[in-house]
Amino acid sequence: MRRMGSSFAAGILFAIGLGVSGMTDANKVISFLNLAGDWDPSLAFVMVGGIGVHMMFYRLVMRRPSPLFEASFSVPAQGEISPQLVSGAALFGIGWGMGGFCPGPGLVSSVSLSSPAVVFVVFMSLGMMLHQVVARKPASTTRSA
Amino acid sequence: MISAIMAATAGGALIGLAATWLLLSNGKIAGVSGIYGGLLAGWNQDTQWKVAFVIGLVVGGALLVNILPGAIAAPDGRSLLLVAAAGVFVGFGTRLGNGCTSGHGICGLSRYSLRSLVATLTFMLTGFATATLLGVLGG
Repeated sequence: MRRMGSSFAAGILFAIGLGVSGMTDANKVISFLNLAGDWDPSLAFVMVGGIGVHMMFYRLVMRRPSPLFEASFSVPAQGEISPQLVSGAALFGIGWGMGGFCPGPGLVSSVSLSSPAVVFVVFMSLGMMLHQVVARKPASTTRSA
Repeated sequence: MISAIMAATAGGALIGLAATWLLLSNGKIAGVSGIYGGLLAGWNQDTQWKVAFVIGLVVGGALLVNILPGAIAAPDGRSLLLVAAAGVFVGFGTRLGNGCTSGHGICGLSRYSLRSLVATLTFMLTGFATATLLGVLGG
């Protein structure tokens, strides 16, 4: 119960952060990514704020032997730079530039029930399931570090 | 512009705090594509916290609609067909590449992951290229 409650709280805070930052405004995202238009570089500072805070706290948190409500941390192991990593990221960027949505802002925006946000989430889900079929991955990919 | 930069930095800091809280409480990485995509992949021991996180995102969205009207806006000048195709690219690509703007861009870079650096540079590059091309073409 505490695990679900804390995860729920993290989701709310994450969504508020996305909204405050401007990431849930797809037009703002597009004017950040479109270098040929009226360029708005402000969204680059989402990474400045996010990484600045998380980089500092990540190191503090990982000094603990375990998280508060779980037996161990589930942090991905350092893997190799695979063709899947690069091609997947490349496809993701193309889709991001096409629609102005990445996964978090897409899910958050879907509550507005605007047609683009709903269509985006439906087809993003289909794309994820398509990958599931193509890759035939086992359901869990997290590894304990 | 200054206020937009301050808002972006503050919002980013909140995202960083949310990621920190998920790591401290549950030991998990706040990567939205992995969390949501994992749910679509089937039921396992991670399903409960992932469902809770996604419900949190949606509830947070509902709060935004009320406290920050205008924060959520759909893309102008993008046809639904283009948005649908964008969804497939984002869904397939984030699962193939094991992460998105949050998992690679915020969490991965914060823990100095070389994989996440390569992924982030790649999706930024193709994101800039695609949106710029569509902008030039008037799409």
